[in-house]
Amino acid sequence: MYKLDFSVVLERFPELLWGCVGTLALAVAGMSLALVIGVVGVLMRQSRLAALRTMAKVFVEVIRNTPFLVQIFFLFFALPFMGLRLSPTITAIFALGINGGAYAIEIIRGGVESIPRGQTEAGFALGLSKAQIFRFIIFKPAMRTIYPALVSQFIMLTLTTSICSSISAYELTYVAQQIDAETFRSIEVYLTITGMYLMISWLVMSLFAAIAQRSFSYPTK
Amino acid sequence: MGNIQIPQLLFLMEGLKWTVILTLVSFVGGGVFGLLVALARTSDFKALRYVTSAYIAIFQGTPLLMQLFVVYYGVGLLQISVDPWMAVAAAYTAHASAFLGEIWRGSIQALPKGQSEAARALGIHYYSRMRDVILPQALKISMPATVGFLVQLLKGTSLASIVGFIELSRAGNVISNQIFEPLPVYGLVGIIYFLMCWPLSIFGSRLETRLAAGVR
Repeated sequence: MYKLDFSVVLERFPELLWGCVGTLALAVAGMSLALVIGVVGVLMRQSRLAALRTMAKVFVEVIRNTPFLVQIFFLFFALPFMGLRLSPTITAIFALGINGGAYAIEIIRGGVESIPRGQTEAGFALGLSKAQIFRFIIFKPAMRTIYPALVSQFIMLTLTTSICSSISAYELTYVAQQIDAETFRSIEVYLTITGMYLMISWLVMSLFAAIAQRSFSYPTK
Repeated sequence: MGNIQIPQLLFLMEGLKWTVILTLVSFVGGGVFGLLVALARTSDFKALRYVTSAYIAIFQGTPLLMQLFVVYYGVGLLQISVDPWMAVAAAYTAHASAFLGEIWRGSIQALPKGQSEAARALGIHYYSRMRDVILPQALKISMPATVGFLVQLLKGTSLASIVGFIELSRAGNVISNQIFEPLPVYGLVGIIYFLMCWPLSIFGSRLETRLAAGVR
């Protein structure tokens, strides 16, 4: 009978912890890029130019209906063709940002559309600039509405970072695969990092809950 | 498309076949177990509710790739020879059961309480109450989310390629390594996934619109 032996895992624990740091860094960078793409995409979808609207729409549909694994491989091989030689980790951030961005566009759009038109018009009547209206009247209240959906999307993004190991970006799964290849203690290693991922997603969730409490607990009436 | 010729296309189609089979098997299997999970999650027994909510939390809080690895290598420990394809199918079935269970729990609890109270008052026992009163309504409102998850699952089967299972993505990998033209190959693989997922997504959002119209 196979005996579980976690001594290897204990020995290499510091490496695994660094892997966790790599995962968190990838996740945070990916989320930031996703948020930027999300906001730009929503602005494009509301643009007066039909071409911009169509571009944003096509982007969202293509990204949401193809697997992340295929996207990251495509990007990994496509970027060098465009003369961009980037490290796997940077490529992974792009892939995570693009993927998360497509979902973010749809989520944020839902939030923006939930703001009654009268509020924007009131902003214009008060002489606010377009940028001010976007920031104070549309963005913040919309953020509050979409926050839960956005957070669960970001948790998904955090878990998706594990797929970046397939282009050997530095993160937890990649570290685990190396340890597995050297020690053949597959199940021990993967059980351990599964637990670590559980902790990471719990950590990210609590972080977002804390941010919500700080930023969005203002009275609405 | 350069060097992608008939043999390569046939190989991709063979991979596509396994992607479809894996998706259907895990969706149906996950549906059966997911229904049990949803029922346990909404049952009157505290212990059952706790166990299933932990089950769901674990699957939602860990990457699908890890679930695959753990089941795949875990099955290897049992010292009975299990076909790798069975191990992969088991992993996806478990994954789907947790997510479908959570979706259906949500729709069961979204029904007005009066529905089950009325059924109770009429003396309808648990089995018939669920089968004839609660589940038909719950499944109807869960349809958009269920279809959405089917798309997730279909895309998720691409990860089976990482443990060496030959499906569409893996077939793309193999061909790309063979003819050294990653861009057209992965582009084509992406298009095939898109052609399967996009109609499903449209179907899902149609269902959602229709449901929203019905409620109003």
